[in-house]
Amino acid sequence: MSGARKREPDATGGSRPAAGRRAGDTAPAEAAATVRVVLPEHLRTLAGIGREIRLPVSPPVTLSAVLDAIEEAHPVLRGAIRDHDTLARRAFVRFFAVGLDLSHQPADTPLPAAVAAGSEPFVVVGAMAGG
Amino acid sequence: MSGVRVLVGTRKGAFVLTADARRRDWTVEGPEFGGWQIYHLKGSPVDPDRIYASQSLGWFGQQIQRSDDGGRSWSPVGNEFSYQGVPGTHQWYDGTPHPWKFERVWHLEPSLDDPDTVYAGVEDAALFRSRDGGASWQELEGLRTHGSGPKWQPGAGGMCLHTVVLDPSRPERMFVAISAAGVFRTDDGGASWRAANSGLNSEGVLPDPEADVGHCVHRIAMHPSRPDTLFMQKHWDVMRSDDGGDSWVEVSGNLPSDFGFPIQVHAHEPETVYVVPIKSDSEHYPPEGKLRVYRSRSGGNEWEPLVKGLPQQHCYVNVLRDAMAVDQLDRCGVYFGTTGGDVYASSDDGDSWTAIARDLPSVLSVEVQTIP
Repeated sequence: MSGARKREPDATGGSRPAAGRRAGDTAPAEAAATVRVVLPEHLRTLAGIGREIRLPVSPPVTLSAVLDAIEEAHPVLRGAIRDHDTLARRAFVRFFAVGLDLSHQPADTPLPAAVAAGSEPFVVVGAMAGG
Repeated sequence: MSGVRVLVGTRKGAFVLTADARRRDWTVEGPEFGGWQIYHLKGSPVDPDRIYASQSLGWFGQQIQRSDDGGRSWSPVGNEFSYQGVPGTHQWYDGTPHPWKFERVWHLEPSLDDPDTVYAGVEDAALFRSRDGGASWQELEGLRTHGSGPKWQPGAGGMCLHTVVLDPSRPERMFVAISAAGVFRTDDGGASWRAANSGLNSEGVLPDPEADVGHCVHRIAMHPSRPDTLFMQKHWDVMRSDDGGDSWVEVSGNLPSDFGFPIQVHAHEPETVYVVPIKSDSEHYPPEGKLRVYRSRSGGNEWEPLVKGLPQQHCYVNVLRDAMAVDQLDRCGVYFGTTGGDVYASSDDGDSWTAIARDLPSVLSVEVQTIP
């Protein structure tokens, strides 16, 4: 529904976050953290990347900030993890880190310190479904 | 030497089958996009190297892929399909209102004269158009906002816009078909639409069997030399129209079952039509376990079974609505793929058949390009 969209087209015809911090922004007070992200195989193939990527994310390192950074670095993943319009997590996608399921946390939830410090990865998972 | 390129979409990837004009020796390449559902691939009529593919998966949504080199390499393009305005509701299976929600692209129909223009038929039913090679998509919302929209209801496979037929003689005219709403026609390039279902009868399926909308049309086909003549495989019934969809008459004739999905017209004989009868809507396999294509050379009513080379016992596959195509060679090549993962080809108008690929994933779509 275009009237409720949270994104707006950019010059390339893609889309970007309309507000908030983006991966390339400079944080005035704190340096960007380097977050390790592990994506499922189908998304790695789609984005043409390896098992793990490292992305700069300006603090605070929240769920939405990391997802924004993933999509900013790899625009082909827009719509593949979150809905284009609502930014809601796709139903069969899960977010794990340090043994926790963060899938149902609010978007502005700060991620565990070990993720923000880069010692543990943020893991995007295709949920188990079927037999 | 000219040849053919067969584009096969399956539940687990895309395959490209090629042969020279003799159509005897086939090369099978793929899977491309392994593990993804490829509902449809189709090449531009004016630039055969330009091919569009619909790639989707329940987990990770929709992608559109584009090739500019005949399927040797692919690039993802735009995948944002946003309905215009407030989408409102259509009917759910139980008759309750259900919010319109984009699920996937069922069918891609490249423009007849511009390789950068392509139409996408989607679930929940709507028509989108790209004019920049698939980078961005705009809904032609006049269809969805046709006054009957709140009464549209999903078929068993979802509420999909699965067929887009472009009129080569009138660029502003096109037809779409939706399960289960029926056929709609525009004469102004997609700005406004009207239902084109007069003469359809869905006895036992609809409370009003001759309602304006609500018919489960499975596929329509047109021969480019006769754009006012349309053939239809409906849920039950094979139909034809000779007035651009203003009215339809049944031409099921002597078919062993008039339930089925695909329908195609011979490349050079506008009154030669192909269907694949399926036993019933509750069984979805061929009558008697015999896979038979039926051909009419009289525009319907009189049908002959084509069986040479096709399995005639213990065959319980289906042939889906987008899984049949014809090439432009002489004699006309006819191709179809099965839910059992076999692709059959005939290089003699359907008289005889050969499996040109076996044991692929379940086939969702088959298109063929005739390469000069």
